[in-house]
Amino acid sequence: MRTDAPGSPRGGPAGLYVHVPFCASKCPYCGFFSVAGTPPVEATRFVDALTREAALHRDRFGAFDTLYVGGGTPSVLPDDALARIAALGAGAAEATVEANPGDLDPGRLVRLRAAGFDRLSLGVQSLDDSDLRVLGRRHSAADAVRAFRDARAAGFANAGIDLIRGVPGQSSAAFIDVLDRAVALAPAHVSVYDLTVEEGTPFASRGVAPPCEDDAADLFLATSGRLVAAGYEHYEVSNFARGPTLRSRHNSRYWNRMPYLGVGPAAHSFDGARRWWNPRSVERWLAAVEAGRDPAEGGETLTPEQARLESLALGLRTLDGIDAALVGDPAALRRLHAGGLLEIVEGRVRPTVRGMLAADRLARDLA
Amino acid sequence: MDRGVRNFSIIAHIDHGKSTLADRLIQHGGLVPDRQFRDQILDSLDIERERGITIKSQTVNLAYRSRAGGTFELNLIDTPGHVDFSYEVSRALASCEGVLLVVDASQGVQAQTLANLYLAMEHDLAVIPVINKIDLPSADIDSTRLQIERDLGLDPDDAVHVSAKAGIGIDDLLEAIVARIPPPKGAQDDPLKALVFDAHYDPFRGAVVSCRVVDGVLRPGDTLRMMSTGAAFRVEEVGAFRIQRVARPELQAGDVGYVIAGMKTVADTRIGDTITLADRPAAEPLHGFKLMKPVVFSSLYPVLSEDYEALSDALEKYRLNDASLVYQKDSSVALGQGFRCGFLGLLHLEIVQERLEREFNQSLVLTAPSVEYHFTLNDGTVVRVDNPADYPDPSRIAKAEEPYIHATIWTPDRYMGAVMKICLERRAENPTYHCPLPGRLEMHFDVPLGEVVYDFYDRLKTVTQGYGSFDYELTDFRVSDLVRLDILVNGERVDALSMIVHREKARMRGLHACERLKDEIPRHQFKIPIQGAIGGTIIARETIPPFRKDVTAKCYGGDATRKRKLLERQKEGKKRMKMVGAVEIPQSAFVAVLKTDED
Ligand SMILES: Nc1nc2c(ncn2[C@@H]2O[C@H](COP(=O)(O)OP(=O)(O)OP(=O)(O)O)[C@@H](O)[C@H]2O)c(=O)[nH]1
Ligand code: SF4
Ligand SMILES: [Mg+2]
Repeated sequence: MRTDAPGSPRGGPAGLYVHVPFCASKCPYCGFFSVAGTPPVEATRFVDALTREAALHRDRFGAFDTLYVGGGTPSVLPDDALARIAALGAGAAEATVEANPGDLDPGRLVRLRAAGFDRLSLGVQSLDDSDLRVLGRRHSAADAVRAFRDARAAGFANAGIDLIRGVPGQSSAAFIDVLDRAVALAPAHVSVYDLTVEEGTPFASRGVAPPCEDDAADLFLATSGRLVAAGYEHYEVSNFARGPTLRSRHNSRYWNRMPYLGVGPAAHSFDGARRWWNPRSVERWLAAVEAGRDPAEGGETLTPEQARLESLALGLRTLDGIDAALVGDPAALRRLHAGGLLEIVEGRVRPTVRGMLAADRLARDLA
Repeated sequence: MDRGVRNFSIIAHIDHGKSTLADRLIQHGGLVPDRQFRDQILDSLDIERERGITIKSQTVNLAYRSRAGGTFELNLIDTPGHVDFSYEVSRALASCEGVLLVVDASQGVQAQTLANLYLAMEHDLAVIPVINKIDLPSADIDSTRLQIERDLGLDPDDAVHVSAKAGIGIDDLLEAIVARIPPPKGAQDDPLKALVFDAHYDPFRGAVVSCRVVDGVLRPGDTLRMMSTGAAFRVEEVGAFRIQRVARPELQAGDVGYVIAGMKTVADTRIGDTITLADRPAAEPLHGFKLMKPVVFSSLYPVLSEDYEALSDALEKYRLNDASLVYQKDSSVALGQGFRCGFLGLLHLEIVQERLEREFNQSLVLTAPSVEYHFTLNDGTVVRVDNPADYPDPSRIAKAEEPYIHATIWTPDRYMGAVMKICLERRAENPTYHCPLPGRLEMHFDVPLGEVVYDFYDRLKTVTQGYGSFDYELTDFRVSDLVRLDILVNGERVDALSMIVHREKARMRGLHACERLKDEIPRHQFKIPIQGAIGGTIIARETIPPFRKDVTAKCYGGDATRKRKLLERQKEGKKRMKMVGAVEIPQSAFVAVLKTDED
């Protein structure tokens, strides 16, 4: 239970993250907090609670600069509920909603756009139907392509596609083919995630093994090379944008340690000095919020050293890297630099593509 | 004047029942309520209880009322039976007038029975032979009596028959003790002379010194003087060990007890020193103890280099309680500052390591145990080398010699084949066998000491499923083809991993080390060759491929805390890494190289 109140956020206006922890069904690889099937709480009541929670922090966070509605699957909520959520971030310079291609139709897209969302993140995952079956997704490759085109038509100029690399049974060539078909749609943003086998998921109990290190590394580099050649900027380990202005401004907050308020079950918040998080339970979250209490279930105030380590762990994932002054082990810096994993540009230590591929290791070595 | 004091040690071969016999005597004296009694009560160290063996001598003071009605005060010292700890026995004997020489009736006279008898004879002590374990169905009292007569040259009619476990014959033994062990001589009115024969460090009170008062009297308030250093201390407390320390008004000539005198600096206490009084000093100190010659050597390093001072302090305090450990500063490029230590044997090495870790909270890295080799150089000089770092330039070596031991192994005979195999692997020579008892095999052979310091005992225990036991004595030095095996990581020699080995063994040991290092050293951004080399010749090789991918795919708002915590742990772990050139070697790698291959 949090005892002290968060200080007012540093670094200008904050981001707002809204967690919608509901999915139509649970995908067998997913480790996110979400409840499958009919949501345990009506949409109106859920959004009422989100609104109350955001209001609890109004004094400290003021207006928001970015809004990101993620999940779970936000698109399982009805349009009016999503419109009310969009209003929580009214005035934000970027308002993203995640959606499942199977949940969208042209009418919905127009309504979402009208509600204020200007950025769409489509959970495409693959453009190969056999991959989609392995992943337990409810949509087909054709659904995804159609949804993407409809989004464009509805005015989502800034629409992004999420893909999973390393689906069991997927060859390297097959993935490259999926990637090429995605690029052919010319999305503003592409996220490519290596499949991770999360503990406690059906994939884990089935003993699904991710591709071997060498294959995964080769495919990572091939992905980056192809997207960069197609005009994308590889600005974070798993994220590509068609130019700096099309980077996810909201997600960049996480890597740059800028403040954000997270509302909804399991959401995390950061005010620049303190982190806190909500219970991974819809019931506990709802009970607290409806009683007018802050639902946060844990938190920590960071020491300067902890902040430094976070900068390393997060910043070294990004193209912009970290301030060289944060490096704790100069000998390691020289070694990694000589090995071509890092470059030093204008006082910043930036990972090369090969460095991004080993970002966790860079953080550890430079700590 | 006989004040009824009797000082004696219980000595025997390992496991013949010394500590159990001490239990019965302590119980007879009623020192500990039956309810609180536990077996081998004097084995108070955790390792002693876990391993079921005595490592430290322990003194206990008992009252006894004889059948004739005389009152006596007995100072009993239980001693270890294992050969590595015979220094404990010899120091205990310096405080006694007699010994109970215990012989297990089912095993008969064994190596340490004889060795300990000789020690007692050196000190001119009265010897009471005690035949123990007469309750066992396998007890053979007649042949044990015969061995006592024939092998020990003692009168079997003097032997007291007991079962320490069943408590048989204890009364007769107590009568024999008071009748046959002479009272201490010594003059109460002479200047004080007390022999320091043991000590331990108490964090609150400083050194607690065990001593035997030979002449004079020592009381709280006196100012004592240590004769070797001249340092003086005010006596705070004297007393006797009655499981707990029990304070007394004085210790007088003939008594065995302890002194506490605010000795906070460990260097002020020396085992073998003589305590006298500052205002009336004795003219001459007592004979101290002769120094023990270590036979096994290894360097100890702190896991974290910054803990060097703490290790230095721990060793100093530890040595108070184990005077047989010798050490001096050592340093290694890979491991930093440490200590080269000499041990009386392998078990001793193991015990020292464990006690430093458990009693003094040290985390240690040990280098491969070595023995002392003799090298005759071309110019005729002989150099003794116990540290591979001092291995002479091979072109200057005219002759190399290594120490041999005569080893004895006891095992159930069904393991004979397996035991033979590991002995031959170790270059054992001249094996002979006999069966002292049906089903039991006793093997004798000559083998280089250097071969058994390297995991031999573990292997023996493994192949005999724990039933095999092993004893040895040093015999001679023999000419041998010795080389220094170096381990190179990424082209750099890791000094702490070098070892002196027989040429024929070098390749196998080198491969083993390379394989272990390959498993322990994490991947780096570059390929790391690991090589075993003799001089410039590579004889073993492994390669650690570089890492390529080490990153989590997703990292968003909820992941920062978890990632940071992981990084905090990794940063701590990094401190435990030793740098060799550009390669980080975890401390565990140094340990792993010493481990046996499981087969
Ligand atoms: N049956 C039987 N077992 C005994 C007797 N005395 C000792 N033992 C057993 O022999 C084993 C060794 O006894 P200890 O008293 O630890 O022997 P020790 O001589 O002190 O051994 P170290 O100190 O290691 O040299 C234990 O399992 C005892 O229970 C006895 O009289 N009869
Ligand atoms: S839709 Fe997304 S959040 Fe929901 S179960 Fe599937 S992967 Fe997880
Ligand atoms: Mg014992």
